[in-house]
Amino acid sequence: MIPCNFEYYMPESPEEAVETFLQLTREGKNPMYYGGGTEIISMARVSNITPGAVVDIKGIPECNFLGLRDNQLIIGAALPLTAISESQVFPLLGKAGGRVADHTIQRKITLGGNLAGTIIYRETSLPLLVCDSQAVIAGPHGIRQVPFSEIFQQRLYLQPAELLLQIIIDRSYLNLPYVHVKKVKQDKIDYPLLTLVAIVKDQRIRLAFSGLLAYPFRSLTVEEALNDPHLTVKERIDRAVTGLPAPPLHDILGSAGYREFVLRDTLKNTLSTLEGYY
Amino acid sequence: MIRQMKGPGPIQLAVNGESRTVVVRPADTLLYALREQLGLTGAKPGCENGDCGACTVLVDGWPVKSCLMLAVEAVGHQVTTVEGLKNAPIQKAFIEEFGFQCGYCTSGFIMTCHGLATIHPEADEVVIEEWLQSNLCRCTSYQEIKNAITSVLASSKLPAP
Repeated sequence: MIPCNFEYYMPESPEEAVETFLQLTREGKNPMYYGGGTEIISMARVSNITPGAVVDIKGIPECNFLGLRDNQLIIGAALPLTAISESQVFPLLGKAGGRVADHTIQRKITLGGNLAGTIIYRETSLPLLVCDSQAVIAGPHGIRQVPFSEIFQQRLYLQPAELLLQIIIDRSYLNLPYVHVKKVKQDKIDYPLLTLVAIVKDQRIRLAFSGLLAYPFRSLTVEEALNDPHLTVKERIDRAVTGLPAPPLHDILGSAGYREFVLRDTLKNTLSTLEGYY
Repeated sequence: MIRQMKGPGPIQLAVNGESRTVVVRPADTLLYALREQLGLTGAKPGCENGDCGACTVLVDGWPVKSCLMLAVEAVGHQVTTVEGLKNAPIQKAFIEEFGFQCGYCTSGFIMTCHGLATIHPEADEVVIEEWLQSNLCRCTSYQEIKNAITSVLASSKLPAP
C-alpha cells in the first residue's frame, strides 16, 4: 500500500501534459510524469518518494505510436517493453528490453520509464546510443528533436517540466548485424554484471555497455581500440579496457577485477561473432 | 479532455466481464481495489514490489502484477482475476500435474499461464520459461507448473476431434 496521497492526471496531448505539469508545480505539488509507474509505485510504497501528483502520459497518442514513417522508426515513450519486443521491428532493442526485470513487468515498464528511471542500468539506452537515435521532447517552449546522445549522458537530462515523447531511429540501423549479451551474477533475472550491445555500421563495430560502470555508456575510445586492424585481438581488448572512462564497478554483484574478466571474455566473443562484418 | 482524480472517489472497473464500482484513492493499487473493495482475494499480496508475481491478473489479456498498477490506471481496460476463469484448461492441468503445494503462488501462476496460452498458443520452451520466470514458487513446484502449461499448449495444438 502506498502511504502517501497523490493526485492523478491523464492528459491527451503533449501540450496538455506540460501545462498540467507546470500548473501542478506552481501549486507546489511536486508532480512526476508517470509512464508504467513501476518505479514510482515501488518507491512511493516505502516512502522513498512522495509525489503530490502524477501525470500519466499513456493517454498521449504520440507516446503510444510505434511504426515506420519516412524511413524512420518512431517509438513512443509510453510503449511497454513487450510491445517493442513483440513487434520485432527493432530486434536489438527488443532483446535489450527483453532482459529488463521479468516478462510480466516488461508489460508495465515503458521505454521512457526505463530511460528516465533512477535505477542505474537503463539497458534500453544501449541500442539507442549505438544507433544514432533522436529524442523528441515536449516542454514549455514546444517540441524539440535532439540527438539522443545529447540528452542521455550517463542518465537522461531534461529541463524542468520536459517530457520524453518519442525515440526515432533511422531504418538503416534496424537490421544491422548485432550482439546483445547480458551477464548476471546468478539467476537470469537480475541487474547486469555486464550488458554489452554491439552493432556493425559501415564496417566498424560500435559498442555500448551497462553494469560495467555506474552508468550506461558508449565510448569512442573503446571503439577506436577494438576497430584497429593493426592490433591483435588481445591487444585491441587490452587497449579497450585501458580506455574505459572509469574503473569497473566494485559492488555486491561483482568485484572490479571480476567485471574486467567478464568484459574481456565478452569482448573476445563479440569480436569473434561479428568477424567478417567489420 | 484531461482525466483527473484528485482524491478518494468512485471509479468504474471492468472486472471479470462485469462493470464494478470501487472507491479508491488515486494512490491505491489495483491489488488493493480487487481485494479490499471487491473481495476478489485470488490475487495475493506477496512482496508487493513486483518480484513474486502472486498478485498477477490479466489486463486486456496480458499478465500484470496488480501491486504495480494503480486502480485508476485500470479504468477502460478489461481486468480478469483468477475468479473470472471458469474451468479454464490451465486450471484442470494444474490439478492433473500437481502444479502446486501450499497454493499461495498458484493463482498468479495460473493467470500467467492462461495469458500465455491465449496470446502465444504456439509458444516453445524458451518462451514458456521466459513467461514463467515472472512468478516465484517457494515450494519449488516449477517443473509441475511447467508440465501443466506445456500440456495445455500441446492439447491446443491437437486437431479438433
